[in-house]
Amino acid sequence: MRVIVVGAGEVGANIAISLAESHDVTVIDVNPEKVEELTYSSDILAIEGDGTSLGILEEAGIAEADMLIASTDDDETNLVTCGTAKTTGDVFTIARVRNANFLDTWTRSERAFGVDFMVSTNLLTANDIVRVVGLPAAVDVDPFAGGLVQMAEFEVAADSEIVGRTVEEADKFDALTFAALVQEGDVVIARGQTRIEAGNKVIVIGSPESVQAFSKTVASAETADEARDIVVVGGSDIGYHTARLLEERGLEPRLIEQDADRGRQLAEDLPGTIVMVHDATDVDFLVGEHIDRADAVIAATDSDEKNLLVSLLAKNIGVARTVAVVEQGQYASLFEAVGTDVAINPREATAEEIVRFTQEGQVENLSLIEGRQAEVLEIEVDEASVLAGRPIHESVTELPSDVVIGAITRDQEFIVPRGGTVINAGDHVVLFVAADVLSRVMELV
Amino acid sequence: MRIRVDWRVSCRLVGTILKWLWVPLLLPLGIALYDGTALLPFILPILGTTLLGVGLEQLTDERDLRAREAFLMVSLTWLSIALVGAAPFVLAGDGMLATPVNALFESMSGITTTGATVIVDFERHSRAILMWRAVLQWLGGLGILVLATAVLSQLSVGGAQLMETETQIQDVNKLTPRISETAALLWKIYIGLTGLQVAVLYGLHLIGYAPEMTLYDAVAHAFTTISTSGFSPRGDSIAAFSPAVQWAIIPFMAIGATSFILLYFAFQGNFDRLRNSDEFRFYVGLLGFFTVGVGGVLLVDGAPYTSLEQIARHALFQVVSIMTTTGYASTDFNLWSAAAKHLLFVCMFIGGMAGSTTCSIKTLRWLVVVKAFSRDLFTASNPSAVRPVRHSGNVVDEETVRDIYAYTLVSLVFFIVATIFVVVDASRVQLSVTEFEAMSAAAATFFNVGPAFGIAGPLESYEPFPQSTKIVMTFLMWVGRIEIIPVLVLLTPSYWRS
Repeated sequence: MRVIVVGAGEVGANIAISLAESHDVTVIDVNPEKVEELTYSSDILAIEGDGTSLGILEEAGIAEADMLIASTDDDETNLVTCGTAKTTGDVFTIARVRNANFLDTWTRSERAFGVDFMVSTNLLTANDIVRVVGLPAAVDVDPFAGGLVQMAEFEVAADSEIVGRTVEEADKFDALTFAALVQEGDVVIARGQTRIEAGNKVIVIGSPESVQAFSKTVASAETADEARDIVVVGGSDIGYHTARLLEERGLEPRLIEQDADRGRQLAEDLPGTIVMVHDATDVDFLVGEHIDRADAVIAATDSDEKNLLVSLLAKNIGVARTVAVVEQGQYASLFEAVGTDVAINPREATAEEIVRFTQEGQVENLSLIEGRQAEVLEIEVDEASVLAGRPIHESVTELPSDVVIGAITRDQEFIVPRGGTVINAGDHVVLFVAADVLSRVMELV
Repeated sequence: MRIRVDWRVSCRLVGTILKWLWVPLLLPLGIALYDGTALLPFILPILGTTLLGVGLEQLTDERDLRAREAFLMVSLTWLSIALVGAAPFVLAGDGMLATPVNALFESMSGITTTGATVIVDFERHSRAILMWRAVLQWLGGLGILVLATAVLSQLSVGGAQLMETETQIQDVNKLTPRISETAALLWKIYIGLTGLQVAVLYGLHLIGYAPEMTLYDAVAHAFTTISTSGFSPRGDSIAAFSPAVQWAIIPFMAIGATSFILLYFAFQGNFDRLRNSDEFRFYVGLLGFFTVGVGGVLLVDGAPYTSLEQIARHALFQVVSIMTTTGYASTDFNLWSAAAKHLLFVCMFIGGMAGSTTCSIKTLRWLVVVKAFSRDLFTASNPSAVRPVRHSGNVVDEETVRDIYAYTLVSLVFFIVATIFVVVDASRVQLSVTEFEAMSAAAATFFNVGPAFGIAGPLESYEPFPQSTKIVMTFLMWVGRIEIIPVLVLLTPSYWRS
């Protein structure tokens, strides 16, 4: 497949580099230094120029391209780039936008702006935050099969009841499959005898109810209850969407914003949120407003440094869980190392969405695990698949060992995968696949 | 010293309106012709207003109406129409109504849709004169400048400014791109409702449920119901008619005090706007609350009503009549117990919805006051919290909230000062007026309700008040109808000085 990526910022460059492994990638960027850097560091054709110009797009081979990803930091540029690309023929266009208004417009008419698929970074991030906050101890949650299946990654607390047990012992939930453990940064497929240690992360796939129930056994006692009192710090666009989504869940979150005008604007847009105008790094204020008793604090200002400070402050005064937004991807693990419970990187969410379009085959949905060491995929099984028409204990013999069948859905019903379960063509299967066997698995299923 | 206001423009446009005032005068003239009563009281004003209007139009060719000129024009229009409207009463020379102060009081009470009368003996006056009172009220009902904007093309640009100055409360909701079309739409609804009421009332007469309700009465009452104004050609108001008529008039008073913008959408089949309007629910809720309250008191009091139907009818009729600032009476509520009277008195301060024909403080302002205050209670305990005031889902900006607080406060101050004046002035001439009667008379004129309690009760007259009190009340009706600000602005030196 020939892919053109416009905008070699962090997201654009990451997408380009990961796609370059199996596709022909051309990158367009206005910055000559970035162009030069990409040209020498990876096997990519990098062109210097403006992606909204038809001449530049033609130079990049838009006529033969299968896909164009507009991923600059400017929404309008991305939209115009897609519109321009569409004038040349039928290239599949993907636009990354920050402003969710554009997403609304595009959802109303899918031909708007000449965009075939739109990814709203801020909205995706807010969704991630809200899902993680809703599940005690979770560090990552992704829905599959229209919400019938959930993939969740948990950090095992030291006082959790599953510490020291084997996977076999811990697996008491019916509609839940243990997929893998992350031990000291390495993804290990969960076998029956694998022992779970404190500080491990466990990756499970199952029905939302069983994932919710499981989360209580992983979490420490103080965080095991459902988070109801949630404080969002920072009225950035991500902060706004997070509060809005929490409102939709029937919660009354509090939002702390430093700027008075922005605070007023947020208060007008968020009828169900208590907006407070104050500096959230003022400990006296936090204690005075009883923020220390909150179930969760979400640091969503525009600055990574401030998010770190806020989440550490919150943790320090006794908040049960802290979530911080981290723009710089490489800081995410650092945040979690120094005490933030969950660090969420907006770019990762965007990359997941965009990569799923470039996967070969019938991938419906996808989630990247621990820096792409593994992927969780949702596929629709067709007749040619090794899975189709036979019980699982037969078909697994043909699959590599680093694959876990996490869940099956048939006609909008959740089916627990057991050895004897027969998978039919048309079923949706959620698979956990280690990265090194990914392409082989994709061929087989 | 140079005057900063281009008063010639304001006067010129007032002239344009006065010039056309001969049209409504044709109706009483026609009745006088038919009845064979005096024609001169109408012919002279027709000539006078036309000449005056044309004369004022000669002041300037300029037509550029700005905010400053709009204040002057709105205030002057209402005042000058009251003056012209008083002429037939003076010229007819019947009884006490013919004295200039009484005539102006009656005319101002008419055009401002108040419904306070100085007439003592209704039998003395010709049907033409009594109809002229109703016509004045019908003209004033929706706002004289809304009418002017609808029919006079000269006002097409300044029209929005004028309509906003006339009704301080709402930004003029342009229903159509052209303001004159919006104004015309509002008037079509108004005329349609009036016609409907004539048909209903006269229909009741034709099928035998309203023997007293002649065509003349049906027209006169329709004119003064939708406009929530309350002049009746009968001395005992609606008590003169059958229960069927009383029931039929209640919904028309209530509709007259409903926002015409919402009525427009309702007539288009879009009832969601009405249903989702916080103000409409508040308005209906208040009507219900006070009806139940007054009904409960009447039930406990027992006499003079004998049936539940009577209690329900009179409680509902009086509450709707007073709260919508109509001022009809289906019974002499002067005879009610103190509890019932005081409940009605509270209704005078409420009024109907903004954007309707009602007067008084209006439910929109009270709703914003209630919401803003409960917000203030919230921020008192959460000092760093920001919480906007919302109305029907929209945010009310803080400047509007402040204006509404100020307006409500100024209204109440006006009411208090007026009350004191009425009491003191009455004691000066040794007229026996209790404090409650004075309060109710001040409120009834300032909030354009009409009848008060005691001396100026629903079946009584304002005639016994001293001349000075009647002049002040005339001023109160004028100021109250155009919502204080256009007149008070004229009294600030910085308005005039350059």
